[in-house]
Amino acid sequence: MDKKIITFPQLANYHIPIEFLLTNLVECDVLKSPPITQKTIELGSKHSPEFVCMPFKYNLGNFIESLDLGTNVLLQAGGGCRYGYYAEVQKQILKDLGYKFEFYSITETDKIAIISVYKTLKSLNPKLKFFKYLYYLIITFKMIHYMDKIDIYIRKNIGFEVIPDSFDKLLLEMLDDFKNTTGLFHLNKLYRIYLSRFKKLEINKPNKNLKIGVIGELYTLMEPFSNYDLEKMLAKMNVEVSRYTNVTYLIITKRFNNKKMLKICNKYCKYPIGADGMDNIASAISLALEGYDGLIHIKPFGCTPEIGAMHILNKVSEDYKIPIIYFTFDNQTSIEGIKTRLEAFYDMIKMRRSK
Amino acid sequence: MREETMAVGIPKALLYHNYHVLWEHFFNELGVDLAYSKSTDKEILERGKKHSIDEACLSLKIYLGHVDYLMDKVDYILVPRIVSLKKHDKLCTNFYALYDIVNNLFNTKIINYNIDIDNHINEKKAFIRMGKDLGFTRASSVHAYMKAKRIVKRNAKHRFIKQSHLLESPKLKILLAGHPYNLRDKFIGGMVANILKKLDVEIIYSDIYDERESRDKYKSISPRLYWTYNQDIINSILYYQQKVDGIIMITSFPCGPDSLANEMCLRKIDKPIINLIIDELSSEVGLETRIESFIDIIKARLKNG
Repeated sequence: MDKKIITFPQLANYHIPIEFLLTNLVECDVLKSPPITQKTIELGSKHSPEFVCMPFKYNLGNFIESLDLGTNVLLQAGGGCRYGYYAEVQKQILKDLGYKFEFYSITETDKIAIISVYKTLKSLNPKLKFFKYLYYLIITFKMIHYMDKIDIYIRKNIGFEVIPDSFDKLLLEMLDDFKNTTGLFHLNKLYRIYLSRFKKLEINKPNKNLKIGVIGELYTLMEPFSNYDLEKMLAKMNVEVSRYTNVTYLIITKRFNNKKMLKICNKYCKYPIGADGMDNIASAISLALEGYDGLIHIKPFGCTPEIGAMHILNKVSEDYKIPIIYFTFDNQTSIEGIKTRLEAFYDMIKMRRSK
Repeated sequence: MREETMAVGIPKALLYHNYHVLWEHFFNELGVDLAYSKSTDKEILERGKKHSIDEACLSLKIYLGHVDYLMDKVDYILVPRIVSLKKHDKLCTNFYALYDIVNNLFNTKIINYNIDIDNHINEKKAFIRMGKDLGFTRASSVHAYMKAKRIVKRNAKHRFIKQSHLLESPKLKILLAGHPYNLRDKFIGGMVANILKKLDVEIIYSDIYDERESRDKYKSISPRLYWTYNQDIINSILYYQQKVDGIIMITSFPCGPDSLANEMCLRKIDKPIINLIIDELSSEVGLETRIESFIDIIKARLKNG
């Protein structure tokens, strides 16, 4: 049998921890799926069902491009909404296209995710010991956690950097070092070094800068290509950006937060409204209370849970007097349209501030 | 027991089409008056569009239109919330959010029950809780629920027998497959049914089938499908597959679960099959040509053996 080459869909920089986990536990090559381009999207859309949500098309495009490069093992995760059912349909579509591959999906239907991930990896590498797996899993989680923490700091300050691109360069350097982590202590050390280096980067932050919170659907929030680098655009406008959704939140915090969230938005929601809908309403409320100037809600076209949440967010925006703008992304969205609307929104909150 | 009578409004959309018999008999037994909204028409849709986000699915827009229509006519509106009906399975997230959406959009009193099997709230428990909210004792709620449930069962049997007779007709038989709230809606399924009737075709509806015989058959198409209502549709398609001449799947735009589950059907079911997507701009004229050509293809195939 040929050597196994694994790939998984792209999601921002998170390919680094996942690659780290796989290379250490599984005896096969890991191929990072080629960066998303317009061609990826075209490929994905061409073979996708008509009005499926955009992340499906992106992931499918990723898979097709990696399969063309010679991958033969595909990994896909799953979640609360349609996302949990991606794996099966994608598998069928790729099979109908004539590709030969093994497909593994890790979905939430298995109650304990740690065990189901272990089983998946075990089927890839029968010699895998549980404790070894656990050790590397902890390092991986820790790495994701550190990356998210640094990301939060970057988002708050990148809009005010003095030397252009200084944040991005340092981030790349950090990710390169994270790739070659040898253990937990090494990782801790790296994190401390880079955090202090980030804090030493020169910024020119005025006392009362504009603050914008970004909420919405997880994939469009986290994958910069899918939202046309919205956060970068905001940074160029000298805005402090905050967003709650990241992988740490989705895998760990969310599990313990349900009751707290429900309490925050009990005026609006009696029940959780599916996927991340309630979380977004709760974050909208807490961002409003923290004195943010505006909210940006982004989602791919047809995202059912977020559409449910939007009905309620309108009311939150009215009650807390915080402006909110909605962006919907699909493969035909033009970047110019988004830029114009974003600039208008920026001018509006700036005027509100000066009043 | 309560003295005054109150009117509970039931919007004739979404879950109404799955549960109207149960609701009718449950509330009748308890002595609660029911008021229904009228069948879906252009006016209802316009009302719904006023309240909903542009991108919301057509079925939800229609539902909100019905709620708007009922709002000033009744004391309460029944808005259930259903997360799951079977263990590990789910419903579309619109049903999770239905109560909160209506509650935030409309200024009206709502009667609500919540079914969530994974959190150990089954249908019976949910109905008892709802009865309690309305001021009825546990015993009377249980009695009403059991009685209503018996009638539902009998009713389903009758409907099934009636539909089984249709299968023996010599006419061309087409299975209309889709969610009951799309099939039975005057605007969505009604439109397709009208066209088919004009073409002299026998219509078989997918929401009536032998559930006992066809349980878990969906696994042959898609083993990990977790939307209960889509499982039902696929079960039904597999049940009728050999008994009908063609299958028309009806979807409201842009339905999340259907977009993926129907794709699996299109790819795996070996029978003439099309997927009709209905949106608010759909008209009978536009659909007619598509359905006609589909029927023509089936007829040609039958002729050629």
